Amino acid sequence: MNVDSIQNGIVIDHIRAGQGMRLYDLLGLSDPELTVAIMKNVTSKKLGRKDIIKIDGITDVDLDVIGFVDPDATVNIIRDGKLIEKKSIEAPERLTNVLRCKNPRCISSTEQELTQIFVLSDRKSKTYRCLYCETKAE
Amino acid sequence: MRSVIDILDLSKEELQDLIARAEDIIADPEKYQDVCRHKKLATLFFEPSTRTRLSFEAAMYELGGNVLSVSSASSSSAAKGESVADTAKTVSCYADIIAMRHPKEGAAYVAAKNASVPVINAGDGGHLHPTQTLADLLTIWREKKRFTGLTIGLCGDLKFGRTVHSLISAMSRYEGNRFVLISPDELKVPSYVKNVLKEKEIPYVQTGDLMSVIGDLDILYMTRVQRERFFNEEDYLRLKDSYILTPDKMKSAREDLSVMHPLPRVNEISVAIDDDRRACYFKQVLNGKYMRMALILKLLYEAGSLKTLPKKGDSV
Repeated sequence: MNVDSIQNGIVIDHIRAGQGMRLYDLLGLSDPELTVAIMKNVTSKKLGRKDIIKIDGITDVDLDVIGFVDPDATVNIIRDGKLIEKKSIEAPERLTNVLRCKNPRCISSTEQELTQIFVLSDRKSKTYRCLYCETKAE
Repeated sequence: MRSVIDILDLSKEELQDLIARAEDIIADPEKYQDVCRHKKLATLFFEPSTRTRLSFEAAMYELGGNVLSVSSASSSSAAKGESVADTAKTVSCYADIIAMRHPKEGAAYVAAKNASVPVINAGDGGHLHPTQTLADLLTIWREKKRFTGLTIGLCGDLKFGRTVHSLISAMSRYEGNRFVLISPDELKVPSYVKNVLKEKEIPYVQTGDLMSVIGDLDILYMTRVQRERFFNEEDYLRLKDSYILTPDKMKSAREDLSVMHPLPRVNEISVAIDDDRRACYFKQVLNGKYMRMALILKLLYEAGSLKTLPKKGDSV
């Protein structure tokens, strides 16, 4: 399957197969103004199978979100059809307003205007916990 | 502004200092009776807890201070939909220090972030309750004279029992302690608490049978199976009588066992044990007041509200 290469934009490559749609949702790519291609479960030499997201026209995405979903993904910035930068990704220490706490007893579930913050509590297992109630992120 | 939300907000050295302060208060309460004159503690209790509120209020009165009190959410602006942040900012204008109990987890953290005076977490839902742990620690200290090399049994509701989680994290910081976790399957310690023990390579055993382990324990920390932590009444009724301590069971325990309980008790410790010299739970209540006094002094001093503190060991 072929998808046209983009002139200006971002290619998020080497996403663990199955995580592409989650990343699409968390990055807010459902915005109808955006031109986005998602390729899921494509063959990869490195991973066996992978997902890829190509976003046309913008070069600014929240790298923390990508680092949270898959710190092994690669982010390529394309300008005038050329790769101009590879961004390094790592699991962020803090995620702000990306996830909502699912604990109904958490203060952030009741007081909706509070900033939703999740903190990396264990880098090895990539566990994030709600700053307020310490509930594990799903 | 320094607040105490989690027992781990206090270093081991600070805990030792609070204990030394509490023991000094016990030795010479008169020396402290006017230290907080003209200072005000606001007790904001958005969830019923008479004993914790009374403990804080007694602590402040014994320091010569005054108390402003909100004792239920329905009589406060929270009932009108005011946020915790706004409440904290408002009450900061009236009081020198705040003690807050709230049904939502993380509420005390939000209050501390927004208040301009120190906030003490007096319990945030099923999450944290550091001043109960301070009471527990002073009790262990006064009974055992050490925090190391202890076999600590925790029995009952280890899943929702926040005092259990805080005590485990506090005692995990000391060398040579061992934990015996006694509960029905449904009320086992959550995995994140166990992970802390595993990471630090602290020995622990899990069992459903109190009698098989009671003879090994230095401390037996009993807890109530709390109705308000269950979504389902049937589960509560089925589990509430699982672990009841009776004089007969106490015969298998060591002579130097200390039986603790955060109280209130329902029926998990038979009243006949109250006269047993191993029963420490009412001492724990008193110790809680002394530790709250020590903590109020420390935070008011650090906030600059108090210029000096009495020297420990001084005569009047």
